[in-house]
Amino acid sequence: MTIARLFHQFGSPPHFYRLAGRMLPWFATACVACLAAGLYGGLVLAPPDYQQGESYRIIFIHVPSAWMSLFVYMVMAACGAIVLIWRMKLAEVVAQASAPIGASFTFMALVTGSLWGKPMWGTYWVWDARLTSELILLFLYLGVIGLQSAYEDRRTGARAAAVLALVGVVNIPIIHYSVEWWNTLHQGPTVTKLDKPSIHLSMLVPLLLMAVAFKLYYATLLLMRARSDLLERERNAAWVRDEVAAR
Amino acid sequence: MSAGSPLGAAMAVLQRDLLLAIRTRRELVNPILFFVLVVSLFPLGVSPEQSLLRALGPGVLWVAALLATLLSLDGLFRSDFEDGSLEQMLISPQPLGMLVLAKILAHWLVTGLPLLLVTPLLATLLALPDHALPVLLTTLVLGTPVLSLVGAIGVALTVGLRRGGALLSLLVLPLYVPVLIFGSNAVSSAAAEIPVTGQLYMLGAMLALALTLAPIAAAAALRISLH
Repeated sequence: MTIARLFHQFGSPPHFYRLAGRMLPWFATACVACLAAGLYGGLVLAPPDYQQGESYRIIFIHVPSAWMSLFVYMVMAACGAIVLIWRMKLAEVVAQASAPIGASFTFMALVTGSLWGKPMWGTYWVWDARLTSELILLFLYLGVIGLQSAYEDRRTGARAAAVLALVGVVNIPIIHYSVEWWNTLHQGPTVTKLDKPSIHLSMLVPLLLMAVAFKLYYATLLLMRARSDLLERERNAAWVRDEVAAR
Repeated sequence: MSAGSPLGAAMAVLQRDLLLAIRTRRELVNPILFFVLVVSLFPLGVSPEQSLLRALGPGVLWVAALLATLLSLDGLFRSDFEDGSLEQMLISPQPLGMLVLAKILAHWLVTGLPLLLVTPLLATLLALPDHALPVLLTTLVLGTPVLSLVGAIGVALTVGLRRGGALLSLLVLPLYVPVLIFGSNAVSSAAAEIPVTGQLYMLGAMLALALTLAPIAAAAALRISLH
C-alpha cells in the first residue's frame, strides 16, 4: 500500500519536476566539489606510476567512464522493466534521458582507452576482450536510442526501447564472456596485457572521488534532461502552464 | 490435436506459412543466392591463395550466413503485417508466443535450413578441410535458429516502421556476436583438429535459451509496435 502510494507520488510528473528542481543545485555542487578534489588528487598529488609514467593518469577519466557505461545501462534496463510492468511515465522519461548519457560515457571510455593504448600498447586499437565488449555495448546503446526516436508516438518508442534494453541485459553477460573466451583463444603475441598492480592509496582515493563525481554528474544531467523532457511531454497539462506562468 | 488448442493453432500457422513459402518459390532462392554470392566475393576481394582462404573460410562462411539471415528477416512479419493477419493473431485467444514461435520455425525452415544445402559447396570453394565439414554443418544447424529467434525480436520491434531496415541491423547484429564467435571458432578449431565439444555445447545452450525466451520477447514487442 505504502509502496503503491510512494510510486504514485514519485511518479507524478509535477511532483517529480519540482523535487528534481530542488535537488539539482545540490547534485551539481557536490559534483563540482568531487570533480575538483578528484582531479587535483589525481593529476597533481598522486605520484607517477613506476611503469607507465604520467600516462596512467588517464584512468581517472577512463575507469569511471567505463563503470558508468555499465551502471547507466542497468538504470536504463531497470526503468525499462518498470515501463513494461507498471507503465510508469516517469520511468520512460528516465530511460529516454539515460540512453544518450550512457552512450557518451561508453564512447568516452573507448576514446580514452585507445588514447592510453597508443603509448602503452603501441596501437590505438586492439581486439582485446574488454574493448570489444565495450564497443558492442556502444552499439546496443545506439540501437536503443535509434528505436526510441523511430516511433512517432513517444510512449510506443519508449516501450519498444524498453524491450530492447531488457533483451540486451540478458545478452550482455553472454556477449561479455563469449568475447573474453574468444580473445583468450586468439591471444596475439604482440600484445600482452600488463598485470594489474594493486593500486596505491594515493591513486585509489582520487579514483574513487572521480567515480563519485561521475555518478553525481550523471544524476545532474539526468535530472536536467528529465525535467525538460517532462515539460515537453506534458506541454498541454495545467501544471506546466502554471509552472511557465510562475516564471 | 484440435485447432483450438495452442499447439494446434501453432501447427496451423506453421502449415500456412510453409504453404505460402512454397507458393512463392522465387523468394526462397534469394537467401541462398545471397549466401553464395557473398562467399564468392571473398576470394576475389582478398586473395585466391589456398592457405589464406583456409584461414578465413570459417569466419567468412559464418558472416555470410549471418548476413543472409539478416536479409531474410524482414519477410518474417512484413506480409502478415501488411494484410492484417498479424493483428488477427494478436487478438486471437491463443498464446501469441506460440504463434510467433511457429512463424519463426517456418521462417527458419525456408531460409535457414536451405543454407545448409549449399554449405558443402562453399566449404570446398574456400578450401575448408573435409573433416571440418560435419562440424560446420552442426554449428549452422545449432546457430542459424538462434539467429532467426533473436532476429525475430528485432523485426517485431521494427515491423510498424516504414524504414526499419537499417535500424533492424543496428538492433540485431550486436546480439549476434556470441553465435558468430562460437560458430566460426568451432569450425576453425575443427579444421585444426582441436576438439570442439565446448563450442557446440555453448551453441546448444544459446539455442535453448533463445528458444525459451525469444518468442516471449518477440510477442511482447509485437504487442507494443502494433499498438
